[in-house]
Amino acid sequence: MIPSPFDYVRVSSVDEAVAALAEHGEDAKILAGGHSLLPIMKLRLAIPSVLIDISGISELNYVRVEGDQVAIGAGTRHHDLENSEVAKAEVPLLPHVASRVGDPQVRHRGTLGGTVAHCDPASDLPTALLALGGSVVLAGPNGRREVPITEFFLGFFETAMEEGELIVELRVPRTGDAGWAYEKFTRRENDWPIVSAAVAHLPGGRIGVALANMGGVVLKATAVEAALAEGKSIEEAAALAAEGTSPSSDMHADAEYRSHLARLLTRRALTVAAGEAEASTAESTAAA
Amino acid sequence: MSILGTRVVRTEDPQFLTRGAVYTDDLTDERLTGALHATFVRSQVAHAKILSVDTEAAKQAPGVVAVYTAADLTDLPPLAPPFPFIAAEFERQWLCTDTVRFVGDAIAVVLTEERYQGEDAAEQVVVDLDVLPAVVGTANAAKDETILFPAAGTNVLAAFGEPAPADFFDGCEVVVEQAVVNQRVAPVPLETRATSAVWGEDGRVTVWCTNQGAQQAKGQIAEWLGLDASLVHLITPDVGGGFGAKIGADPEYALVAHLAKLSGRPVRWTESRSENLTTMLHGRGQDQVVKIGGTRDGKVLAYSLVTDQDGGAYPRIGVVLPTLTMLMTPGTYAFPKVHAQARALATNTTPIGAYRGAGRPEATAAVERAMDLFAAEIGMDPAQVRRINLVPKFDEPHTTLMGATYDSGDYVAALDKALEASGYAELRAEQQARRERGDARQLGIGISTYVEITGADNGAGTGEEAELEVHPDGTATVLTGTSPHGQGHATTWAMLASDQLGIPVEKITVLHGDTDRIPKGGGTMGSRSLQQGGAAVHQAAVELVEVAKKRAAERLEANPDDLIVDLGSASLQVKGTPGVSVSFAELAAEEALMVQTTFTAAAATFPFGAHVAVVETDVESGKATVVRIVTVDDAGTIINPLLAEGQRHGGIAQGVAQALLEEVLYDEDGNPQTSTLADYPFISATELPSFELVEMATPTPMNPLGAKGIGEAGTIGSTPAVQSAVIDSVAHLGVRHVDMPATSMRVWKAVQAAQAGAQHQNGSTN
Repeated sequence: MIPSPFDYVRVSSVDEAVAALAEHGEDAKILAGGHSLLPIMKLRLAIPSVLIDISGISELNYVRVEGDQVAIGAGTRHHDLENSEVAKAEVPLLPHVASRVGDPQVRHRGTLGGTVAHCDPASDLPTALLALGGSVVLAGPNGRREVPITEFFLGFFETAMEEGELIVELRVPRTGDAGWAYEKFTRRENDWPIVSAAVAHLPGGRIGVALANMGGVVLKATAVEAALAEGKSIEEAAALAAEGTSPSSDMHADAEYRSHLARLLTRRALTVAAGEAEASTAESTAAA
Repeated sequence: MSILGTRVVRTEDPQFLTRGAVYTDDLTDERLTGALHATFVRSQVAHAKILSVDTEAAKQAPGVVAVYTAADLTDLPPLAPPFPFIAAEFERQWLCTDTVRFVGDAIAVVLTEERYQGEDAAEQVVVDLDVLPAVVGTANAAKDETILFPAAGTNVLAAFGEPAPADFFDGCEVVVEQAVVNQRVAPVPLETRATSAVWGEDGRVTVWCTNQGAQQAKGQIAEWLGLDASLVHLITPDVGGGFGAKIGADPEYALVAHLAKLSGRPVRWTESRSENLTTMLHGRGQDQVVKIGGTRDGKVLAYSLVTDQDGGAYPRIGVVLPTLTMLMTPGTYAFPKVHAQARALATNTTPIGAYRGAGRPEATAAVERAMDLFAAEIGMDPAQVRRINLVPKFDEPHTTLMGATYDSGDYVAALDKALEASGYAELRAEQQARRERGDARQLGIGISTYVEITGADNGAGTGEEAELEVHPDGTATVLTGTSPHGQGHATTWAMLASDQLGIPVEKITVLHGDTDRIPKGGGTMGSRSLQQGGAAVHQAAVELVEVAKKRAAERLEANPDDLIVDLGSASLQVKGTPGVSVSFAELAAEEALMVQTTFTAAAATFPFGAHVAVVETDVESGKATVVRIVTVDDAGTIINPLLAEGQRHGGIAQGVAQALLEEVLYDEDGNPQTSTLADYPFISATELPSFELVEMATPTPMNPLGAKGIGEAGTIGSTPAVQSAVIDSVAHLGVRHVDMPATSMRVWKAVQAAQAGAQHQNGSTN
């Protein structure tokens, strides 16, 4: 539970971070909140030789409206996103999902950019971003580029980030008070989801649906989205939630149960987002 | 009014919450200046022949002072078996020479200047292994296809009892049999294992380590190292939880002390959390078969419990846990026939030890499961089946068919109190209504009754030491052989002395855990401390008053029999003449005022109680949420209700954790799957309701306080109550049993299987 030796560089601007990445090459890792990176370093599953600490870059911490989008700095901590009035008004799914990440300690340290870059298949916020659509803004040696979120999460802990790049911003559509829901299924409140489903009613009438932990990477529930677009009922659409997924079997759940949960949670999320009554998985009423 | 029975706030907490406790890893004792740090090189494979161990590269790594393998330990005697009846062939080595038997088995030790250097250097030790098939689970072990200790010829570490006679269930109208898993769990103390050792010029070794009883730990370390006990000085710093897994010493502690001698430097060791989860003793780990028979009107006629105990890779306390389970087989019930049989088996997993309840929770879980299955089979309310079969109230000791002598009890009253407090009839009505409506969230109600043993003779008798001294400044010191690691002895022991002397609690210091100052002591385990250690403090205070009376009588020129204690002024005064008095402090100023005493309890005590758990189960997902827990935990006379409730809270939480969440898992090759706290789901407040604690106190005649143990009761009662509640929540869908932990997937699959079975049955009758 002690990491291998590493060097540490603290930067105070995005330009310095990009320069540091260029200098230290592929053995360098960006350190933001450290709540994903440090644990795997302690287990020696990651052995970077240099950590480039971007947590001091204040220009990366913001939530603001830009046209028909909300722009969120990659260094924004989950706690700040959870409590952002702009986010609550413009894209309420995100602050809600931020409030469901880990525990208060994690939310005060972890950053949106960090969780997106880490690309864990069981991660809450990437699932919500995928349901919302939008894009990831990257900074690198050749300047900035924007990657659609649907093209960003490539595989198991694998993203579209190139060597020398870091995430500087996430952009999502302004959904306002359109329907949304996040159904997260856990053993304990502060655990990673065994499966979760995010639903967002989007501008233009489309409904975005995404799933966590139904494969090696967070996934769009494309079959569900297509069925909804064709006017199928929630029940019919949700039944397709496990299509195209490849859930793993592990000690928390086998593939059959994960597929069942994907259908169940998708149905519940769609129902809640549609403003219809259905008991959310997270709620519990007291007994007599 | 006596201070006993009042809610005195824990005096130790301000220091724990502000300054911070000083745990073994925090020690700054100057004798440890320049200490080396030990890092164990442990097997990453569950079962293998060791072909070679190459330490050359590690010896060249930065900061490395020495790397030791078994070849360097020729001075050490072999580790003795934990119990005399364990065959010598089941030998554990200090460091493995030719075979590793679980992931975590120690192969070498690296000593480095800095702790951080240790893990880097340990990676440089090259171990060449020839992997053998791994034995995981008692069923595999019992096949004896792969044998962990070939010289022993079997994986059976120990066997107890005989099979039930063939006619055991004759005459029963109904017989139900069920395989039940009481799964392996990890104790997870917040403070992991840690030790430090330094040798003095006088040839003595001082060992600091986290443990549950300094004297026992010292004795083991001395014996293992082949030292005269007088050469070992053991000090217990503050301890952050033990739950049974810190009873005595572990071989690592003794080995670190030996390496301090070999290296000529003080040595420290603190294990990591993953090391703790894979190499500290685990608990439970029983595969049981319960069989119960009786009449259709609810009378149980015969009950049998057959247990296979997973012992892990090397015999530890785990091998005797099933004997406690066997002893407590009938629990609170007056079954006319009882049978129990057990064996302990070696597997390629972490060794099993004591864990909160240690053998008794397994007995309770089994019999409560059996009662529910029997009730379901005959279609009777489980509360009613229990009431029919409970041992009636008794004031004289009651000896069971298994030979346990229960001291006092009223199990029917405990059950009735719990049922009444829970609003049992209303809960059943609400459950029925939800079932009729087909609600998504169904209600489950689980009942358990239990009786357990506390303060049992663990081989060291049922006695405990206490020393009490009053000082001239009006303060007092209590020395105790018990070993608090969260229980609050500093408060309670001070209350017991204050109750006799009138010296305020805040002026009484309670010391423990230094074997030079307190050579004898039984430690804290098996919920023994208050009924033996507390009773010893009480006895010391009573005796001190008598000593003081004799001396005061001379000074006051009065008859000792005419002197009474004035609690308000902590003094002795002549009855009816308050002006003629002398304080304990004044007497201490003349001459040391001190007594040493040993209290020996007549026998163990048997706390009992009843729990009602209510869960809501989301039937579509299978997830059960505990919404209420109502408990009656009768531990005799309560000295401090605040602390007793704290013990119940912690115990209940750990019990719920076993019922719903916790399980140590290995894959088929013996690789641990739960070696971090991200994977091993200990419970948190978020998963628990507020507990509804009902008072009941039936004093024991076994000690003058009337106190029984309370440390483990909550765990023993809550585990089966919650498991039963989960099963009950889906019973109307055809489910009779779900093993622990009753995870959402297990519940969902049980419902699917029951529904498929029902459809299949319907199909075949059509």
